[in-house]
Amino acid sequence: MTTTIVIDPVTRIEGHLRIEAKIDASNKITEAYSSSTMARGIEVIMKGRDPRDAAHISQRICGVCTVVHGLTSVRAVEDALGVTVPENAELIRNLMIGAQYVHDHVMHFYHLHALDWVDVTKALGADPAKKAALAALTVTLARQNNGDYYKAKYPLTTAGNAALKQHFIDVQNKLQNLFDRGQLGLFANGYWGHQEYRLKAQENLLAVDHYLDALGWAREVVKLHTIFGGKDPHPNLVVGGVPCAVSSNYNQQVSEDAGGTSLNKVNMAKVTALITTMKNFVDQVYVPDTILVAGIYKSQPAANGKPAYPGWEKRGGTGWHYLCYGEFPETGIRNKEDFLIPQGVLLKGDQSIRDINMTEPTEIQEYVAHSWYSYLNDNNAGLHPSIGQTTLDYAKRGGPIPEDPSNPSYHYTLNTSTGYSWIKSPRWYNNAMEVGPLAHVVMMYTMASGPAPAKQDPAVRSAHVNVKTLVDTVWVTKLGLNLTDIDSTLGRIAARTIETKVIADAMSRWHTRLLKNISVNNLATFVTDVDAIKQNPALTQNFKWKDPLTWNFSGPLTGVGFTEAPRGALGHWLSIESGVIKNYQCIVASQWNAGPRDAAGTPGPYEKALENHTLADPTQPLEILRTIHSFDPCIGCAVHVTDPNGEELITVNVSTTLR
Amino acid sequence: MSNVSKKELRTSIVSRLSQHLEAETLDEWPAIETLGDRLANSGVSRRSFMKYCMGLSAMMAIPISLMPKLVEAALAKKTSVVYLSFQECTGCLESLVNVFSNTRYNLLKTNLTADISTDSIANILLTALSLDYSETLMAPSGLQAEKSKADAIANTGYILVVDGAIPDDKKGAGFFIQHGKTGLQLLKEAATNAAAVVSVGTCASFGGLPAAKGPDNLNNPGNLRGVSPTGATSIKTALDSFGGIYKTKPVINVSGCPPIAEVIAGTLVYWILNGKAPSLDSNLRPTMFYGETVHEECYRKEFFEEGQFVNSFDDAGARAGHCLLMMGCKGPTTHNACTTLKWNQGTGYPMEAGHGCLGCSEPDFWDKKSINAQGQQGVGFYNHLDPATIRD
Repeated sequence: MTTTIVIDPVTRIEGHLRIEAKIDASNKITEAYSSSTMARGIEVIMKGRDPRDAAHISQRICGVCTVVHGLTSVRAVEDALGVTVPENAELIRNLMIGAQYVHDHVMHFYHLHALDWVDVTKALGADPAKKAALAALTVTLARQNNGDYYKAKYPLTTAGNAALKQHFIDVQNKLQNLFDRGQLGLFANGYWGHQEYRLKAQENLLAVDHYLDALGWAREVVKLHTIFGGKDPHPNLVVGGVPCAVSSNYNQQVSEDAGGTSLNKVNMAKVTALITTMKNFVDQVYVPDTILVAGIYKSQPAANGKPAYPGWEKRGGTGWHYLCYGEFPETGIRNKEDFLIPQGVLLKGDQSIRDINMTEPTEIQEYVAHSWYSYLNDNNAGLHPSIGQTTLDYAKRGGPIPEDPSNPSYHYTLNTSTGYSWIKSPRWYNNAMEVGPLAHVVMMYTMASGPAPAKQDPAVRSAHVNVKTLVDTVWVTKLGLNLTDIDSTLGRIAARTIETKVIADAMSRWHTRLLKNISVNNLATFVTDVDAIKQNPALTQNFKWKDPLTWNFSGPLTGVGFTEAPRGALGHWLSIESGVIKNYQCIVASQWNAGPRDAAGTPGPYEKALENHTLADPTQPLEILRTIHSFDPCIGCAVHVTDPNGEELITVNVSTTLR
Repeated sequence: MSNVSKKELRTSIVSRLSQHLEAETLDEWPAIETLGDRLANSGVSRRSFMKYCMGLSAMMAIPISLMPKLVEAALAKKTSVVYLSFQECTGCLESLVNVFSNTRYNLLKTNLTADISTDSIANILLTALSLDYSETLMAPSGLQAEKSKADAIANTGYILVVDGAIPDDKKGAGFFIQHGKTGLQLLKEAATNAAAVVSVGTCASFGGLPAAKGPDNLNNPGNLRGVSPTGATSIKTALDSFGGIYKTKPVINVSGCPPIAEVIAGTLVYWILNGKAPSLDSNLRPTMFYGETVHEECYRKEFFEEGQFVNSFDDAGARAGHCLLMMGCKGPTTHNACTTLKWNQGTGYPMEAGHGCLGCSEPDFWDKKSINAQGQQGVGFYNHLDPATIRD
């Protein structure tokens, strides 16, 4: 007998996602389907607009990954024009996207993912005596797990310990207050008491404390975006550099009398402090908490009459196919050897990284065989984004039409034989690829395992070696797990934590370089018109940034921009004609991971990862949420396309190699 | 309140605060005592609560003497909030989350106003409202999430917060379907018993990006502008289309892309305290936050008056902080609190970081006509306003 489990909406993600899973009589998932249920129309809206505006428009694809689409877009336009930006602009961009990573990953761990592993209802004692006893246990755990973090506020003295104990009693009282009044709010109807929750009371309580602390911490981190980009979410980026010039009144904050900009000494001191705040939280809280949780949710042998526990390093793998576009140009966007996160592809069994060519039409292709779009000639074809078609065709492509949703017994399932999602399926030479932190860490590990490329920047090499050391000490030695088992739900979580640490560490380096440049009067943050022409002689002599009609080439200008976003590889392909956007296509990280099956029936990574999960209680599918959340879904990103009028720009005859 | 400039307001808040704190007149508010336990449980000290009341009273133009009673009444019951998301990017919720603070992180407090309007708002919000449905933050998924919503909207008196625009749901469109229901159906269902609807962000307030116009001709996209590809509309337009009680439902638009955290929180707190909407402008925005243009209080305004403009990013004027009008700044026609409250707890605002205002809180955010480099009317963030049309 097969039962279909439907989760709609999947919560604690960005955007709108539905998961359907077929389970057999033993509650094991045999097939899973990932469906996005919301569409907007952003690429269509971009057509005919100023190419400089594309960054502002595409940035609104997602307010969680707020910097990455803007950055990808400005890089795409710069690529089309054949110009690169000054070193300071590159460093500021690195700092902005670095802060984005650290902010995103920490918030994902504590605010989106933690409730899959932490049972808040078990984080408090039943009466004052039990609360005090639990607080005492939590003090011991806190000193052991997050010693440096608590030491600053609660010194290692009798009084300090008493204050810390009182703090943990207060946190319990806050929760008690919530439960007593029956106003659980966001915590109502959780899967509390599910047998898969394995933390002890003090571990749950410690996690709740960090959940609350991380909220206050997160809003500090994004102030880096405000200093360089004016606000957060959605700070400003510009084609040709960064908007914020170094203040001519550098030693002072901005003022009505003296003018100046926010790139000044006062704010740079704040950035220094912010980076320290980021690093401290990552080192003292996020990293040890990840190790604590992983130690409890990894496989455990049978002991003391308890059966063996099948751990999460054995669940949720996708098959070791990883793709990265690369990020954090240390020495310029064209020098790919010096990217902190390398560019390339790893297929299972590969010892070294394969190259990617984002403009090769046969390499990266999108399929709509199981999406609610149709292609002009062949719905089973794969199309390169530069010639992509996005004709929205919900009803004809199998979209379920709600008949009578007011009927309480109303129930429907997706038509999985035809289209079942607003997400298209990207493939690399027809391979489904996992993108994101796990791909990043495996790539960096692979780089460190081989010889350093001849001209690689030593700082990049040392970061790669650091990743390898972290994986070897944390995953292999401390947790006692096999390296190959990092392809798993638990591995994805650990990889996210490890890369956060490496990026937080790199931010100090970039900021120091920026300050050094300013100190020697190297102030450029934007390519001037004259320098742009020098960089690319194909630009006409009257080239002016402010007038896209002077960006003359014969025929359309085309460009590709890429960013390695916190959730993985992100690419924008655009063409410009007569000073306006002619075509714009994005393939985003969560599209790679969350996409439906392709024409050959190959499942996407979410779908693949869920196979063989056994659900302890199909009415409370906690196991599905754990694995889906381990990818950190961003569905607003994954669905950004619609084109109800039909895309007729280019007709391509793709002779597909598919069955 | 609109006849008092924000600068005067700031000064007045600061001076009133310091007077009160110095004179310890806080003890003259015995009514607050009854709130003791509740506040303590939310991590609010009595002193910081008083401080908060004073800040709030100044910000919202409510007599200080009324504040304790209002707050007490509001806290007597917990106001339920149901937060729905449609065609959105989650930026609005990301922004709102930035009001939540705890005392551990006070690293970059830059001015007193920001201190008042954020650190305590967070705790008051935690105390005064119960966020009963928010897909981004809630623990349950699927059926259990649906149950949370069904339970919440079976009551009355809750605030319905919405982000995102709502797409057309003509049969077979499928632009937004959740558990078999279209966006319009879900909105109607949740709005039925709501005391008020707060549209957060420009998409919910005015249609925003999903309602921005596509090209009129896909093959020749140089021509201006066709229609929204998904037929997206604002929440107010959708409610009006339902007619009846939906047409008269109180709607507050908190626009911006996203709105400033304290503006969202301040609007919610105002409703919780008063049980009614604050004074609204013709676009249904609270005048206390949207009463003036960002140009009014911009620190670069003197350069505008002196005619000193930035002509290119990173030119001498850009480094000196000259006016960004010719770089496309829409500050003179944009109503928002960016230059008064500032962003991210007083850290800054776009013009401080060298970029013009995009005009994100206005109904015509994405399709505003301005003058391009060729001197022609067009749509674009780097096109400039006609200086002759700017009233000082």
